[in-house]
Formats: sequence, C-alpha cells, structure tokens
Amino acid sequence: MSAELESRPARRRTGDAIIDMEGVHVAYDRRTILNGIDLKVYQGETLVILGGSGSGKSTLLRVLIGALEPTLGQVRLFGQDIYEVPEADLNALRLRFGILFQSGALYNSMPVGENIAILIREHLKLGDDIIRIMVKMKLELVGLRDFEFLMPSQLSGGMKKRVGLARALALDPEIIFYDEPGAGLDPITAGVIDKLIMDLSRKLGVTSVVVTHEMESAFRIADRMVMLYEGRIVAQGTPEEFRRTANPLVKQFVNGEPDGPIPLRRSKVDYEEDLLA
Amino acid sequence: MLGGARIFRRALQETGARSLGFLAYTGSLFLLFTDALWWMTVGPWKGKGRVRLDDSFVHMERISIRSMGIVALVLFFVGVILALQMAYVLRTLGVTDYIANITGVAMTREMGPLLVAMVMTGFMGAAIAAEIGTMVVSEEVLALETAALPPVRFLVVPRVLATMIVMPCVSLIATYIGILGGLAVGYFLLGMEFEKYVRRTLESLTYKDVFTGLIKAEAFGILIALIGCLEGFQVTGGAEGVGRATTNAVVRSVVAVIVFDLVSTAFFYYFL
Repeated sequence: MSAELESRPARRRTGDAIIDMEGVHVAYDRRTILNGIDLKVYQGETLVILGGSGSGKSTLLRVLIGALEPTLGQVRLFGQDIYEVPEADLNALRLRFGILFQSGALYNSMPVGENIAILIREHLKLGDDIIRIMVKMKLELVGLRDFEFLMPSQLSGGMKKRVGLARALALDPEIIFYDEPGAGLDPITAGVIDKLIMDLSRKLGVTSVVVTHEMESAFRIADRMVMLYEGRIVAQGTPEEFRRTANPLVKQFVNGEPDGPIPLRRSKVDYEEDLLA
Repeated sequence: MLGGARIFRRALQETGARSLGFLAYTGSLFLLFTDALWWMTVGPWKGKGRVRLDDSFVHMERISIRSMGIVALVLFFVGVILALQMAYVLRTLGVTDYIANITGVAMTREMGPLLVAMVMTGFMGAAIAAEIGTMVVSEEVLALETAALPPVRFLVVPRVLATMIVMPCVSLIATYIGILGGLAVGYFLLGMEFEKYVRRTLESLTYKDVFTGLIKAEAFGILIALIGCLEGFQVTGGAEGVGRATTNAVVRSVVAVIVFDLVSTAFFYYFL
C-alpha cells in the first residue's frame, strides 16, 4: 500500500546495511506481535521507527538489541546473526552498540559517574585517571558534569535519561538505539537530546535507530522513517515523503487525527452485541 | 466409571505437569548455581572479570549485622521454649537435667541452622527477589546484559558469595544463643548449676554435630539466595510481578529448605 514510498532510496545511504532483519516474526502465546519484518539500517543514517502503542515497536527494538529471540527470521548486526553467534562473540558485538532505555535504566546501586565508569573499566583496559576523565567528558556531553557523585535516585526523570545517554555513549558505539528518547521530558530537554542524536550522526557518523511516536522530534532527526502498524511495516521513506504521503495510515498517524483507518477501539465484538450479551 | 477415569486422567496430567514444573525449576536453580560458581572460581582466573567483593560486603552486612537482632531474639526464645517443653516431659521421669543435652544437640544439629534459614527467607530471600525483580522491571538487568556485563556476575555472585561466607557464622552464633536460652531455663527455673549445664552440653556434643549443622546452614543459605535471584529474574509485569516474586521467593525457599533438611538429616543419620 506504500509502493511509492518504498521504491525511493534513502537520502543518506552511505554504505552497507549494518543492521539487517529478515522475515522476523514474534509471537507470544499465539498472539502475533511482529509479522514478517524486513528492515535494513545503513551506516551513518538515523532511522526512526514510528508506530502507535501496541504496534510492536518496543518488541522490534528488543529483537534488535538481542534481548528477545524472534520466533522466526534472522537479525544480523555488523553481518553477524546475533541469535546464532556464541556468547563471547555476542558480547563483543554488544560493545559496538549502545542503548538509551526509556527511563534511563541506570544501575541504581551505583553513583552516576560509576554508571559510566563501570563500562569503561570492565571493557577497556584503562587506568583510573583516564577513566575519570572519560566519565567527565561523557557527562559533559549531556550537561551533567557536576552530578557525577549523586545517586540515580537523586536525579529527576529527565536527568536520568541524560545520564542514560551518556552511558550509552561510554564505549563510543557505532550504533545507538533510542527507546522513546523524548518521552517524559520537557520540551527543552527533549530538544537537547534530539540535537545530540543529530550531532552524533552528523559529526561522528554514529548510526541511530530511534523508536518514537513523537512526530515533531521524528521529523527533526530522521534521515529515513518506517512506520509499524499491527506488527508490519506499512510505510517507509524520507521525512519529506512521510509529510506528503497519500497513505491514509501514515497520514492519520503523522497528523494525529482521531478518525481514520487506525481505530481507537480495539474490540472485535460489536458494541451493542457486547452490551446485550 | 467414565467420570472416574477422567478425573484420574486429569489428576495424572496435573501431577505430571507439576512434576515437570518442579524439575524445570530445580534445573534452573542448578544452572544458576553452576553459573555463579563459574564466575566465582574459573571466570576470574580466565581474566573474565574479578569477583566483586565490595558489592558482596553490602550483602554480608545485611545478612549478618543487621539480621543479628532478630536472629538472637528468635533463637533465644526458641531455646527457652524448647527447654521448657522438654522439662515438661522430663519432669515426670525426674531427669530435667537432660534438657542441657537435648537443647545442645537439637540447637546445633537442627534448630540453629533451620531457624536462621527461616529468618533469612524473609530477611534475605524476599529482599533479593524484590531487588532483582525491580531491576528487571526498570530494565536495569537488560541494561547490564546488553552492555556485556553478565547479570549473574554482577547480581547473583555478590549475593550468593555473601551468604556462603556469612551463613555458617550466623548459624554458629545463633546456635550459641539458642543454647543460652536453654541455659537460662536450666539456671533460673530448674535450679541447675551453670557449670553442670555447660558440662552436660559439651559432653553430649561431638564435632560431627557442629559440622553437620554448619553444612546445613551453608546449603540453606545458598538455596535461599539462589531462589531469591531466580524469582527476581523471572519477574514479568510491573509492581504486581515483583510482589508475586517476593511471595514466591519466601514460600519456595521455605519448602526447599525443609525438603533439603529432611534429606540431609536422613543422610547424616544413616551415613555419618
């Protein structure tokens, strides 16, 4: 239904696909969450995955980061199937991507600085002095250099998220996955995070995969967008194409219209029948 | 008789399913334990990362110093109760002095480790399940895993190691306190001399009694910590899931401890 979108090449395709999903199905007790997803992400681009709640976008992200083995299909990161490689190789792959979790997911038993330092200390053989400097640099990126010694429980939600981002950047990953980066943030902080995502991509060539349903931010950061609906990719293209699309699903979602092909009500039984049953 | 056959089949199915569930659970516990042991022993040697002792100290403090008050209270009172109940029976035979022997042996071989374990299911098992469960819910465990920091090494090893080190010590102290409870009854209520009570206790105890008690304490501690961790990792859903895990951790620890106690007591009785 979106042939005109899919046929166009992405704007910033600069190399091979470093993420390659093929025929991914996920089902929990007979309920299909993802239904045949084929998705490629190219080096250096920022891909935004759009979708309403329940569209399967969080599940898709979990499959991508190696946390949920799909019922069917393959997921290759940097050319290696992450559900087939041995544990040691998977761990090596894991160092090449970072994740910003929805609520930060900081290690609550450690101070902010240690949240970042632990990754560097465990994975790179560096001296304490260098680690200290690196931690400060990462925190400076998100503007929280003074908060190194606070515990996560002492931070606000937005600050936790920024520390989460600093932690995702700790090992200078090649890919960063963002799970709803703007959710629960004030407009300024959300803007700052958007700018960071763009800077990382433009200046450092970091590949970004962003799961979100916030259109404003999506249009700001995306090189390419895909939209999920009921476990399928129903459209993909550039932000410009999404803005001008004739696809009623995309149009309704982008403009946030209450009426359209995407129903608010999810019941299969007729309302009247249900009441009188 | 068709109904009867159907009920029988249902019962058989149910029993089968539960047995399989039990086997799977035991298997998961065993795997978790071997994984934790690997990270304690082989892992550090292979340069896969040191054992995080400083994390372990936090847990050691919780299950030793901070639990000591309640452990002492419970054990002292149970010592008193045990001695009084024994005296009630032994009085009719005119041999109340034997409460020293009985309390000593019962505390050392059984009551000390068992009661400490019961206190620990609440003090440690539930706490571990709630902690790890909350970490699962807040995606902290996922964040560890995806950062190639194995959750077993960072979460399970410090807790299991802490119990392995601390449980025998706590159990030993608890046993002393329990015996002290019996001594209080003997000295204050039955008019036994202090030296006599102590002598009778020491006479009736062998190293084997102490040793088997310590083995039990160690095993109980490991079981409780592992079940707490496993329940925590298995949390799904939000706060409700954490609550369920906490309850499960306590209930399953109690059952596991009692079953292990039965088996080991029988083993020690016949083979040691």
